[in-house]
Amino acid sequence: MNQLQPLVSLDGISKAFGGVQALKGVHFEIYPGEVHALLGENGAGKSTLIKIITGVHQPDQGEILLDGKPVRLADPRQARSSAIAAIYQEPNLFPDLDIAENIFVGRQPKQGKRVDWQEMYREASKLVHSLGLNLDVKTKARSLSVAQQQMVEIARALSLNARVLIMDEPTSSLTLSEVAELFTIVRHLRETGTAIVFISHRLDEIFQIADRVTTLRDGIYVDTRMVADVTREDLVQMMVGRTLSSLFPKHDVHAGDTVLEVEHLAGEGIFNDISFELKAGEILGIYGLIGAGRTEIARALFGIEPATGGRIKINGREVSIKSPQDAMDLGVGFVPEDRQMHGLILQMPIAQNITLPILQHFVSGFWLDRNKESSTAHDLVRRLRVKTAGVWQLARELSGGNQQKVVLSKWLGTNPRILILDEPTRGIDVGSKSEVHQLLSQLASEGIAIIMISSELPEILGMSDRILVIREGGLGGEFAQAEATQEKLMHAVTTIRPA
Amino acid sequence: MAATHSETRSARHSRRVSLRNILVRWELLLVVLITVVTLINIQQSPFFLKPVNLSRAARDFMELGIMMLPMTYIIIALATVDLSVASIMGMCASFMGLLFMNGVDIWIAVAAALALGVAAGAMNGFLVAHVKLPALVVTLATYAFYRGMAYAMLGDEAARGYPESFTYLGQGFIGDGRIIPFSLILFLALALIFGVVLHTTTFGRYLYAIGNNEQAARYSGVPVDRVKMILFVLSGFMSALAGLVLAARFGSTRPDIGLGLELTVITATVLGGISISGGTGTMIGAILSLLLIGLVRFGMGLMNLQGQVQDIVIGLLLIISVLLPSIGRMLSRRGALSNLNVSQVLQVTLFVIAMALFVAFFLWSRSLL
Repeated sequence: MNQLQPLVSLDGISKAFGGVQALKGVHFEIYPGEVHALLGENGAGKSTLIKIITGVHQPDQGEILLDGKPVRLADPRQARSSAIAAIYQEPNLFPDLDIAENIFVGRQPKQGKRVDWQEMYREASKLVHSLGLNLDVKTKARSLSVAQQQMVEIARALSLNARVLIMDEPTSSLTLSEVAELFTIVRHLRETGTAIVFISHRLDEIFQIADRVTTLRDGIYVDTRMVADVTREDLVQMMVGRTLSSLFPKHDVHAGDTVLEVEHLAGEGIFNDISFELKAGEILGIYGLIGAGRTEIARALFGIEPATGGRIKINGREVSIKSPQDAMDLGVGFVPEDRQMHGLILQMPIAQNITLPILQHFVSGFWLDRNKESSTAHDLVRRLRVKTAGVWQLARELSGGNQQKVVLSKWLGTNPRILILDEPTRGIDVGSKSEVHQLLSQLASEGIAIIMISSELPEILGMSDRILVIREGGLGGEFAQAEATQEKLMHAVTTIRPA
Repeated sequence: MAATHSETRSARHSRRVSLRNILVRWELLLVVLITVVTLINIQQSPFFLKPVNLSRAARDFMELGIMMLPMTYIIIALATVDLSVASIMGMCASFMGLLFMNGVDIWIAVAAALALGVAAGAMNGFLVAHVKLPALVVTLATYAFYRGMAYAMLGDEAARGYPESFTYLGQGFIGDGRIIPFSLILFLALALIFGVVLHTTTFGRYLYAIGNNEQAARYSGVPVDRVKMILFVLSGFMSALAGLVLAARFGSTRPDIGLGLELTVITATVLGGISISGGTGTMIGAILSLLLIGLVRFGMGLMNLQGQVQDIVIGLLLIISVLLPSIGRMLSRRGALSNLNVSQVLQVTLFVIAMALFVAFFLWSRSLL
């Protein structure tokens, strides 16, 4: 970074919400032509910092310099006109508008008073192709994959002549090959002098793409280092203030009896001919690209969208699962991928979230026994070490990792014999992630049969006894832990199925 | 982990505190309004405090109250409304009248009308819960359909001549003093049951869960479709019951009985702090709101103000009650005032001017009376 001065420079930034100090004296500089990673556990203050750079929040103290001159970013519009753009984890497009309309929404090229459609599509095409994408700009955003939608957001940012591009966990819902594509574009942008702020929980990605890394912990600035000078362990230590002994604590357990047999399971037009077995105490990893049908298989097993063909046997007996209640009666629990949409009722207290599937247990006479409910919730919260002020705290006030632990508490409360988890550590911090892994391992050793769907290869390889690969709605292979490698799994996922 | 210390500090939400917050936000506001209205009424009319007047006035609001109970459930759980309640009321009351006019025993006719209410609600529920049509559209359609059925049954005629044992439902009093109306006791008993179910049972918890996040409730094994079905059946049954009470109070049934009452029911429910976006509100709020509307209408009736003027006041109350909490939120946000932009200031100013004109018009029209 030999440039004369940083594009954006934040100095001594502090911000409090109510009585909570979210940021304290944070220092952050972004130079043109660098990818600057921002690292920290959930709740460390990354989002607040981003919101200050993009003008959503104003700092209580400290100074923002743009091209060396102090500025006040009073609202997002001002940040945008200062050439600062951001793209987030979840793309934010209008689903029923096409790519070009999304790129130019609100500022379509005009001819007189009328929109110059030809010009708009020409410009959009140019932009999209400059990113190396092969997409028709008249495609509706609805039919794009998450990765493609992100590319459109990047195109929109570029069309605004953004000089600073903030990417907040852009890779969390992308598959490996999509991440690779994204990184190609990021490198291209770097060459053209764009400054990129990159946030990710995946340390590997930081080593792949970032030039420098700034770490925050508890809202306090820890350090800024050249990526070339740090090791993985350094980063983890900077983030959590201690070293993690082992990321994947899977113990070997003796698998018990077969509890689940799935034969030729099919779901209308999404997956078909899925067969596998699951034993007590076993962790079965399911790996596949997003959209391959993994989540749908899990949803069929839990009765949310019942399977349309095939058979499911639990403990050797054929069963019919037509609703979540059926699945729960059979001892199946399901931790869904999207904890805010499906996993939790954010506006309700932790206790009520945890007891929702087992409310009948607390009925005494006509009404609910709230003391019993509280104490059950309290026990589970303590067992999973959820950081909370109490079980009557609202779920939305927790950090991502703690929210996920509440979802897990909820399902442990049902005493499941089969637990299905869809992306159980998506978007949660390293510390919580490791705790979730330890918990899964412990549950397996207690004899619970676990199905874990994940897009993260290290997690799949580190945690699973067996790995099932799903490809285009069908089985793409099955591997024992010993024989599975990253290369084999990637190969199984990406080869085209023989006809 | 160190990372979460700050969160722990920030959260001081014990259950008791959050309950108190709710009371401060809504129910207390209603109590204040009720007190103000009562004081104005006492000051304006010497007749207001007479028990006879109060008890007669109370009778006029019991059908509204009975229909409000299931509406509260529907708004909390489904964030939508049942538009067909007044039409079910009309259809069932007409059906009872038709049967009675054709010589059927009054109590068999009553039972048949209640059963018809259940069937009407079940049809709404089936279309919403199983065919998955939007509740607003379904009940808008059945709003017309059921009212049409009422006209088809009675035409231009009115069913009358009900025995006294039946009209007791709407006109009778408990005890010798002729002070406590039977319908008031009926309503209070039902309200108690609905309140207890909402706030202390599994079913009540399911309503809040569905209202806050239907998907998450489904993923937690809450029988969402069955709950929806039950809600509409309940709404149908209670509307039929309200229809019988209303027919008993009038002593006759015409097919337009209760026409337009659904909007009053919805108004009363929303004024009670039952958020139209679902998931929040208490039964106490709903009941207080009924009391407030009753007092406002009764007091204005004593002052000889016309029905239309009363509507204006109820409308204003609704706007104010929806506005107050959001103004409170705006003020409590630290530094909110410095962040207001021009268009927000303009909007608020325009709104204040509009309200001032509204009140000015109201006062002017009142002095004309």
